[in-house]
Amino acid sequence: MSVLVILIVCVPLAAAIVTWYAPVNVSQNLTIGVGVASFAMALVLLPRASHATITAGGLLRVDALSMVFLLAVAFLYATTSLFAKGYLALGDGANARRYGRRFYAGLNLFCWSLIVVPLVNGLALLWVAIEITTVISALLVAIDDTEGASEAAWKYVLLASLGLGIALFATIMMYYAGTAVFGASYSLSYSTLLSGALHFHPVIVRFAFVLAVLGYGTKMGLFPVHTWLPDAHSEAPTPVSALLSGALLAVSFYAILRFFQIAERSLGPTFPRDVLLVFGVATLLLASLYLLSQRDMKRLLAYSSVEHMGILAIGMSFGASIAVVGVLLQVLAHAAAKGTAFYGAGSMVRKFGTKDMTKIRGAVSALPWSGPMFVLAVLALSAMPPFGIFRSEFYIVEGGLSEPRDVIVAIFVVLVVMAFFGLSWFTTETMLSEPPSSASVLEGDVLVVTKGEVSNWIVAAMVVGLVALLILGVHPPASLSHLLDRAAAELGSVR
Amino acid sequence: MSSLPSTYDGVAAGLSLLVLLTEFAMLRAPLLRSQVRLYAFQSLVVTGLALYVAASKHIDELFVLAGLSLLLKVVVVPSLILRLLRDADTDLAGSSVVGSASAILIALVVAAFGFFAVGSLHVNSASLPTSSLAIACAIVLVAFVLIILRSDVVSQAIGFFSLENGVSVASLVVASGLPLIVDIAFLFDLLVAVVVFGVIMRVHHTRNATLSTSDFDRLKG
Repeated sequence: MSVLVILIVCVPLAAAIVTWYAPVNVSQNLTIGVGVASFAMALVLLPRASHATITAGGLLRVDALSMVFLLAVAFLYATTSLFAKGYLALGDGANARRYGRRFYAGLNLFCWSLIVVPLVNGLALLWVAIEITTVISALLVAIDDTEGASEAAWKYVLLASLGLGIALFATIMMYYAGTAVFGASYSLSYSTLLSGALHFHPVIVRFAFVLAVLGYGTKMGLFPVHTWLPDAHSEAPTPVSALLSGALLAVSFYAILRFFQIAERSLGPTFPRDVLLVFGVATLLLASLYLLSQRDMKRLLAYSSVEHMGILAIGMSFGASIAVVGVLLQVLAHAAAKGTAFYGAGSMVRKFGTKDMTKIRGAVSALPWSGPMFVLAVLALSAMPPFGIFRSEFYIVEGGLSEPRDVIVAIFVVLVVMAFFGLSWFTTETMLSEPPSSASVLEGDVLVVTKGEVSNWIVAAMVVGLVALLILGVHPPASLSHLLDRAAAELGSVR
Repeated sequence: MSSLPSTYDGVAAGLSLLVLLTEFAMLRAPLLRSQVRLYAFQSLVVTGLALYVAASKHIDELFVLAGLSLLLKVVVVPSLILRLLRDADTDLAGSSVVGSASAILIALVVAAFGFFAVGSLHVNSASLPTSSLAIACAIVLVAFVLIILRSDVVSQAIGFFSLENGVSVASLVVASGLPLIVDIAFLFDLLVAVVVFGVIMRVHHTRNATLSTSDFDRLKG
């Protein structure tokens, strides 16, 4: 098994190197192969990780919690590589070749770094891995070389680096908290920290936890340090947006969970839960308000990501085992739903040449497959049954009601309903409206296009995403439920 | 235990204070070039602190770290940025929203807040020079002030690098036993970040023919 853990780390890295040198069409197929292979490896690891912790070489470690995030990342790796093949229409010129080379090497390297985050063993390596995701994704945000892209990339790299500076501070304070138990020099591995957490200096642990939530929260998109997120998501190439939203935010949340685990062991549940509750409610409130007024399709999806990150933080703050299972299920379902929604948005951006929803009319009739599937993905994001997010948010609410947290649950439900309106109002208007008449075309308001899909690869990626959402929503496999239960237990909630 | 602080505490606090003062100097430096030089000087002080901790606590690994940090933060990073500045052909830092006197006042308030906030944590222990940790917090907060008040990419990047210096000070005084491999990983990451900052600054400069961030107002809402 540990061989498989090493393979899942090495293969994407090798793919990144090969795609830097190979011709673009080879890179496209190779990336699909490696993405699918990574997901397959993650699936093979799943049953084992839900029973025992797998370690490899001291540096790598897979437990149930990391397995959940590994699944989300690997799933997006596979589907995004399918989507990218359909989305990128590269010509034959030298510029296109150079772009394709950079894009594919960057994409594989980004996915590699995202896979590494949940697999490394220890807070220090975790920080290093997350910093690597930042630098690679900042370059990918800037890759289109437009004015918007360079503005978004600068904001992203500066804010995320500052956040990670704070997270580094948090890591060092946590290390200092441990010196009381382990002496001046010890390793920051999770098992070591958890074994001694009960005797850490509580004030230092509190300080470290708050710094960690603020620092990694910058990358996760928590209010008030979310401001880079909509810019980066809207200006990046769409395959990168999908990975940023579904995978990068998730692994940043994973980093917070690792600190949460230690803080909960050390301080008891109240303090860490309250911190997450404050950040979560503020984030959810802000996102639902912004969702009501978005007209740019990719920014809309970006604010929906902020909304979901708020939901994750609130879900963790409820603390009941069922709520934590819901949070982890939401990580998976959000990855699938947001990926699918971005693939649909990418299909429309390619078809209509704009992200402005007020200029797009009748997209469902123009895009017979990806149009309706985009609507379904948006409904899935707004937690409509029978998709996975309905189940996960149901669990979270159930968990909140089982603890005496009724007021918070009420606020939660109101804000989620508000977000539902914001998310579905303009998208359904854009998608389901009549195709434009020739009169409005003359006025230049909306764009008219011929009927037909941009690419079958995009359709394939979206079908896979929706099938996964259906499986998560209707009947999650027993091995997955077992994994989620165990991960929740690792986070300190015992049924 | 209100005995006098030990020599070790005193020197560590003194060097940390020097780092903080350099941060203030950066805040009022009008030229980008001088800002980069101040950063190099600040990194030199941090290296000195690393050497001092290594020598007085007999941690040989820290000597390696000090050497690497000397190479990277005092030589490589500043020269990379200076080269970018030579190509960019601008020298004045982006004018801040407030004058330099007000900037210093704001920074004083913020630094005092950081200093006393950490002081009020009451984490008294034999191994911890509490004042150095408090100063490290003040450095981090003043770095934020620098980034917020300056409106050009070079000052903002330097602000981030000096924030990292503040975290280094904290790491030296409270976590000097951190395994060497971890320290090296942190430094290596910093180097990668510098390269990426450089690439994005260059992209911004070639596209807009300016280092200013004042036209970064297209994306909002």
